[in-house]
Amino acid sequence: MSEFVNFYLFPALTIGSIYALGAVGISMIFGILRFAHFAHGDLMTLGAYGIMAATALMPVNPLLLVPFGMALTIFSALFVDRFFYRPLRDLPTIYTVISSFGIALVFRSMIQLIWGSENQVLVAGVRPPLVLFDTIRVSVLHLQAIVTTAIIAVLLHYFLTATKTGRSMRAVADDPELAEVSGLDTAKVVRWTWIIGAALAAVAGAFAALNTSAHPNLGWNLLLPMFAAAILGGIGKPMGAMAGGFIIGMAEELSSYHWIGDEALISPSYKTAIAFVIMIGLLIFRPQGLFKGRLL
Amino acid sequence: MTEQLAVAGLSAGYGGPPIIEDISLTVEAGEIAVVLGPNGAGKSTLLKSIFALTSVSAGSIRLGDRELSGCKTSALVPLGVSAVPQNKNVFASMTVDENLDVGTYAAPPPDQKATREKVLALFPDLKDKLKQPAGELSGGQRQMVAMGRALMSEPKLVLLDEPTAGLSPAYLERIFDLLLDIRKTGITVLMVEQNARQALQIADHGHILVNGRNHLSGTGQELLADEDVRRLFLGGAA
Amino acid sequence: MELTGLFFYIVSLLILGGIYALLCLALNVQWGMGGLFNAGIAGFYGVGAYTSAILTTAASGRHLGGFSMPVPMGLVGAAIVAGVTGWAVARICVRLKSDYLAMASIGIAEILRLVFVNESWLTNGSLGVSRIPRPFADFTTGRMSDVAFLGFVWVIVLLVYVATTRLYDSPWGRSLRAIRDNETSASAAGKNVEKFRVQTFVIGCAVMGIAGGLSAHYFRFLSPTATDPLLTTFLVWVMLMAGGSGNNRGAILGALSIWTIWSVTEIFTNRLPPEWATRSSFIRMLLVGLLLQVVLQRFRAGLLPEKSPPVRFRKD
Ligand SMILES: Nc1ncnc2c1ncn2[C@@H]1O[C@H](COP(=O)(O)OP(=O)(O)O)[C@@H](O)[C@H]1O
Ligand SMILES: [Mg+2]
Repeated sequence: MSEFVNFYLFPALTIGSIYALGAVGISMIFGILRFAHFAHGDLMTLGAYGIMAATALMPVNPLLLVPFGMALTIFSALFVDRFFYRPLRDLPTIYTVISSFGIALVFRSMIQLIWGSENQVLVAGVRPPLVLFDTIRVSVLHLQAIVTTAIIAVLLHYFLTATKTGRSMRAVADDPELAEVSGLDTAKVVRWTWIIGAALAAVAGAFAALNTSAHPNLGWNLLLPMFAAAILGGIGKPMGAMAGGFIIGMAEELSSYHWIGDEALISPSYKTAIAFVIMIGLLIFRPQGLFKGRLL
Repeated sequence: MTEQLAVAGLSAGYGGPPIIEDISLTVEAGEIAVVLGPNGAGKSTLLKSIFALTSVSAGSIRLGDRELSGCKTSALVPLGVSAVPQNKNVFASMTVDENLDVGTYAAPPPDQKATREKVLALFPDLKDKLKQPAGELSGGQRQMVAMGRALMSEPKLVLLDEPTAGLSPAYLERIFDLLLDIRKTGITVLMVEQNARQALQIADHGHILVNGRNHLSGTGQELLADEDVRRLFLGGAA
Repeated sequence: MELTGLFFYIVSLLILGGIYALLCLALNVQWGMGGLFNAGIAGFYGVGAYTSAILTTAASGRHLGGFSMPVPMGLVGAAIVAGVTGWAVARICVRLKSDYLAMASIGIAEILRLVFVNESWLTNGSLGVSRIPRPFADFTTGRMSDVAFLGFVWVIVLLVYVATTRLYDSPWGRSLRAIRDNETSASAAGKNVEKFRVQTFVIGCAVMGIAGGLSAHYFRFLSPTATDPLLTTFLVWVMLMAGGSGNNRGAILGALSIWTIWSVTEIFTNRLPPEWATRSSFIRMLLVGLLLQVVLQRFRAGLLPEKSPPVRFRKD
C-alpha cells in the first residue's frame, strides 16, 4: 500500500499537475482562438529555461524565480500571436496550426542556440523526502507541484466565474459570434488567453524541469498528453482540462503498477502511448470530452 | 416623433452577389417596427447588416445623426444598439445571471443594480433560474435571457430576429406582451417576425421584404388590412 | 571544392531531394487533394523503411529478417505495409476534423516510434538495422552506386508523379477536391466522402512507405532516429507549403528547393567559428521555422499554385 502511494500515486499526481497546467492553456487557446497550439509544449520549455537562466544570476529556490519564466513566456506568446498567428486569423484555422508547428521549432531551436541541447538540472543534489505517518514518503517537489496546482485551480476558477475578463473569456469560448454581437472586447480576451496560458505554461515547465531535468525537448514530449487532457476535459473548459491533466497523468503512471500479479500492467516503455490511446479513443467516441466542451 | 434609425439604399451580402438590394426603411424613436417576409427573403441579412455582420456594398445606416455603416460590430453596443440573433442567442454554458452580466460589459449602465432590477421585473420567470446554465432552459426562457442580455446595456434600439420562432402559442403571447412592455420603457424595437398577424397587431409600422427588396411598408393596421398581405402572410382569413 | 566532390555532393543532394519529392507528392495526395492533415508522416515513412530493410537484409540474429529479397520487392512490401497501416489509421481517424486529425496522426507516429525503439526482436531497437543492400549492387561499385541509386530514385519519383497527376485529373481526383472544398455539398451529391478520404490516406501512406524504404537503402543503415518528426514530417510540410499544395510539380519543386536550402546552409554554417558550428543545425531549424511563417503569410499559394479550382478549405 505505502509502496503504491509513495512510488505511484504521488509521482502520478505530479505528472498530472504538470499536464493540468499545460492543458489549461491549450484548452483556452483552442476554445477562444480555435486552433490546436502545437507550440505550447515548447512554450513550457522556454519557461523552464527562463527560470534556469534566472537561477544562474540569483541562487535561490527556482520556484521563487518562476515569475521570470512567466515574463519570458508571456512576452513570447504575445509576440508570436501578434506577428505570426494574427495575420492568419481570417484564414481557415489549419493555417494557424501549421504556423504554430513552425513556431514550436523556432522556440526549440532558439533554446538550443542560447542554452545548448544538453540535459541541465535546475537544482543540484537530492532533498530528503518528507515522511508522513511513518510510512508515507513524499518528495518536497511533488508536494509543491500538487499544492501549487491546487491553488492555481482555485484561483483560476474564481477568475473565470467572478471577474469581468474571465466571464468574457468564457463567453467568447462559448459563442464567438454572439460575444461579438454583445460588444465584448475580443482583442482583450485574446490577450488574456495568451497571458494566462503562457504564465501557466511557465509554471508547468518549471515543475517538469525540476521533476527530471531541463532539455530542449522537455515540453514537446509532453504536448500530446496535454492535448489528450484538453480534449478529455472538453475544449474551451479550462477546469475540465485540469481534471483531464490529472486523469491522463494518473492513467499513464498507474498503468505500469502491478495491478495483477507481479508484472507491470503495461510495460513502462509504452507509458507514453497511454495518453495517445486515450486521446484517439476520445476523438472517435466522445470528442466533446467528459465535460461537454465545444466541438470544432 | 423623431427618427431613430434610417436605412437608405442598403445593399449587402456575404461576399457573393448581394442578398438584399436597395433597402430603405426608417424606424421612429419609441416605436415597434416589424420586418416581414417569406423565408430566405433576407430579413436576417438586413438585421445582420445593421449590425455590421455582412459586407455592405451600398447605402447608409444612420442611428440618429450617426452613420453606422463602417462601424465595427463591437462598437455598436456602446452606441446604444443591441441585437438578439435568430438562433444561438444565449451563452449556453453560462448561467442566466452571467448572461445578463455579460450584457453590461460593452456599455456599463450608470446604475447596474437598478438596470438588473428593471430587466428582471420585465422577465420575472428568470428570477428563480439565475444560477442555471442558460442552455438548460426552455426555448421561451432562453429567448427571455437573450432579450434580457440585450437590454442590460440600456440600449436606445434593440434588434430582434424572430423572437418567437419555435415557441408554443402561450409563450408567443408572453413575448409579444413583453415587447409592448419594453416599448413602454421608451426603447425602440426593430424585429423580424414570422407570426405576421400578432406582430402587426402590436407593431407601429411594418415593412415587407420579398426577394431581398422592399415590397411594401405601412402602419401595422394598414398592412393588416392590405389584400396582398392577407393573401401572402395571413392565410387569407381575416 | 574539387569538381568530382561537387558532382557527388549534387548527386547526394538530388537523391535525398528525390526522396523528399516522394514524401511531398504523397502529402499532396492527402492534403492537397484530400484536405487531410497528416502530421504523422514520420511514422509511415518509418514503417516503410523498416519493412524494406527487414525484407531485403540477410539473416541477422539481432532483428527479424533473413528474407534477402531484392530491393524492388522490399519497396513493394514497404508500400503495402505502410498502406495497410495507413488504412488502419484512416479507418479510425479519417472522420476527424483537421486539428484533431493532426493530433491523432502525431500520436500514431509517436506510438510507431515507440514500437521501433522497444521491439528489439523486430528492429534491433536503437542499435538499428545495418547492411541494408542497395539496388544494382552487382553492377556498380563504390560511388558509382550513388549515381545508379539517383537514377533509381528519380524513376520512382517520375512514376509516382505520373500516377498522382493522372489521379488528380481523374473523376476520382475531381470528387476528392469537391469533398475537400465543400464536404456538405459533395456528400449531398451522393459521394461517399469517407471512402474517398480513406483511399487518399492509404495511397499517400503507401508512397510515404516507399520513400522510407528508399532512404533505408540509400543510407544502408536504419535506426529509430530516422523517424525524427523534424526532418520528415515538419520539413515535408514546409516543402509542400512552399511548393504549392494541390500542384504536383509544385510539390517536387518545393521539395528540391527547400532541401537545397537546408543542405547548402549546412556548408555555410559549418564554416562558422567552432562554438557556433556545433549549433548550426539549430540555426537551420530556426531559419526553416521562420521561412514557413513567411510562406504562410506572403506566398500561401506556393511557388506553383494549384491551377483550378483554387484551394478553398472549409472554414471550421
Ligand atoms: N452566412 C451566410 N452566407 C451566405 N449566404 C447566406 C448566409 N446567411 C444567409 N444566406 C443566404 O441569404 C439569403 C437570405 O437569408 P436570410 O437573411 O437568413 O433570410 P430570412 O431571415 O429572411 O429567412 C438566403 O438565400 C441564404 O441562403
Ligand atoms: Mg432569418
